[in-house]
Amino acid sequence: MTRIPLVHLAHARSGDKGDTANVGVIVYDEAHFDLLREQLTPAAVKVHFGTMVLGDVERFELPNLSALNFLLHGALGGGGTMSLMNDAQGKVFSTAILRMEIEVPEDVAEAVAGRGRVPAGWTPEAYGAGPA
Amino acid sequence: MSGERIVRVASGQGFWGDDLEAPVRQVEGGSIDYLMLDYLAEVTMSIMQKQRARDPEAGYARDFVPLMERIFPQCIADGVRVVTNAGGVNPTGCAEALVEAGRRAGVAGRAKVGLVTGDDLMERLDDLIARGHELANMETGEPLSVIRDQVQSANAYIGAEPIVEALGKGADVIVTGRSTDTALTYGPLIHEFGWSTDDHDRIAAGVVAGHINECGAQATGGNCLIDWWNIPGMAAVGFPIVEVSDDGSFVVTKHGGSGGRVTRASVAEQILYEMGDPTDYITPDVVADFTKIQLDDQGNDRVRVHGVTGGPRTDFLKVSIAYASGWKATGTLTYSWPDAAAKAQAADRILRERLDRLGLHFDEIRTELVGWDSTHGPLVGAAPADLPEVQLRIGVRSSDRAAVERFTREIAPLVLTGPPSVTGFAGGRPRVQEIMAYWPALLRREEVESALKVEVRDV
Repeated sequence: MTRIPLVHLAHARSGDKGDTANVGVIVYDEAHFDLLREQLTPAAVKVHFGTMVLGDVERFELPNLSALNFLLHGALGGGGTMSLMNDAQGKVFSTAILRMEIEVPEDVAEAVAGRGRVPAGWTPEAYGAGPA
Repeated sequence: MSGERIVRVASGQGFWGDDLEAPVRQVEGGSIDYLMLDYLAEVTMSIMQKQRARDPEAGYARDFVPLMERIFPQCIADGVRVVTNAGGVNPTGCAEALVEAGRRAGVAGRAKVGLVTGDDLMERLDDLIARGHELANMETGEPLSVIRDQVQSANAYIGAEPIVEALGKGADVIVTGRSTDTALTYGPLIHEFGWSTDDHDRIAAGVVAGHINECGAQATGGNCLIDWWNIPGMAAVGFPIVEVSDDGSFVVTKHGGSGGRVTRASVAEQILYEMGDPTDYITPDVVADFTKIQLDDQGNDRVRVHGVTGGPRTDFLKVSIAYASGWKATGTLTYSWPDAAAKAQAADRILRERLDRLGLHFDEIRTELVGWDSTHGPLVGAAPADLPEVQLRIGVRSSDRAAVERFTREIAPLVLTGPPSVTGFAGGRPRVQEIMAYWPALLRREEVESALKVEVRDV
C-alpha cells in the first residue's frame, strides 16, 4: 500500500449555504468508490480541514453518481457578506479536500499517477481551443 | 403521441453578472421553447433593496431590460417564452421597464408580460410577528424579533404556481421576485405537461433539471474541474438546455456547434453544487431525492437524466431575510522576493499594533497571504522564503463604522512606514462596506400564497 493525494482519484465541486461549505467529491473510476467511502469519513475530513472548519462535518452518499457530499459547518467566517475570507463562498474547498492523502494499493497508485493534473506540454492556448 | 413530445428549456443566466451574450446565443443558436434567466442569490436581494432605497425605480436586475430589448423580437417570432426572477425586490418596476423595452423593440400589440408579486414580506413583518410567526433563524433558532430593526429585506421563496398561472394567461415573458431558482425551469414543464401537484416524481425531475440549469455554464464546462484543460470553444460556451419528456426524464445538452462540454461528469459536478442532504432537497412544490438520479452519457454532449423520485411538499416556505450587521473593509499590499511572506507577516503585525494603539475595536481581523494561503489556509503550511511575491490581504469587521473607516486609512502608510519591497497600492483606500447578514427562516405557506398576485399586461 502507498499514500497518494485524492486529486488523482476524484474531482470535486464546492459551494455555500450560509456559513456552511458543501463539497461534492466524485470518483473518476467507480471501482475506487468504496476506497473513498472507507477513508473519507466525516472524522477524517474534519481532521484534514483542522481549524478551517469550526463546526461538524456531515457526509451524504450518492452511489448513483459515485459521489460523496460533505457539509462543513462553520467554515466560511460567518458566510455571505459577513465573511472576511478571500474564499467567502467556499468555491475552492473543492480543491482543498483533494489534498487529502488516501491509502491505495501500489498498482492503483501507478494507474492513476498524473490524473487530475494538467498534462505535460500543455499550454494555455489549448484551453477553449477547437470548435465554436 | 404525447410521450414523444419534448419541451426544451434553455438556461441563459446563472446569476446577476453572468455572461451577457449567453441568452442571445441561446435564442439564436437553435430551437428552444423556454429561456430561463436566474439572477438571484442569497445576497442579491439585499443589494437590490439598498439600490431601491436610493432610487424607488431600482431594485431589480437592470441588465435584463436591455437584454430583452435585443432578443424580444426573435423570442416573439420563434415562440420562445422567457421566465425570470430578474424582478428582485421590485418586480413591478422591472415589468414596467420591460413593457417599455418591448415597445422600443417593436413588439407592441404582439407580446404580453406576466408579473408575479407578493413574495416581498418587508411591509408585513410586524403583522406576521404580532400574529405569532416567530420567523426563527433556521440555524440558530433565535426569533426574528432579536434583529427586527436591522432587517433590510424579507422575501419568501415562491414556487411554480404563479408562473404556471401566468403562462396559462398567455404571458410571453414572466417577471417574478424571489421565485426559487429551480421553479424557473420546472414551472414551464408543469404548464406544458399539465403535471398535477401530486405528480411528485415528475416535478422532482423538473427540480433536478432546474438545478442543472440554474447556474448556467457550470453544467456545460464552466468551472468544470474534470479535464478542464482541454474543454473546447469556451470563448462562446454553450449554456445548458434540458430537453424534457412528459415522464420527467430529460437530456442535458447545448446547442450544436457551441463551446463547452456536456458529459456525465460535468453534469454530476453541477448536481452536487450547493447540495445539502441529497435525499431531502426541499423546494416549494416537492421534496426531491437526488440519490435516485441516473445519468446516462449518450455521447455528443448529451446526458440523459432519469429515475428521479420525490415526495410531497412541506407546509412551509423558506424566507430569505437580510439584515444590516455592521461594517467591513479589506485592504491589500504586495510584497516581493526575497522573504516576501516574512515581510507581509511583519507588516500585518505592525498594522495590528497601530490599530490597538488607536484604541480601535473589531469583531474580527483576518489576515491572508494571497499567493500562499488565502484559498487552502493552514493546509499549505508555512510559506517558503523563496516565494517570488505575495499579496497581504487584511480584512476587518466591526459594528463601529468609524473604526472600519479609520482602518482603511492605515493601509497606505505601511508603504513608507513598514517592511520593504512593497507595491500594489495604486487602487487607493479600501472601501467600507455595510454587511448584510443572512437570516433563513420558515413561514407557513398559506401566509404567502394568499398574497401572491399574477397580472398579465400587453406590451
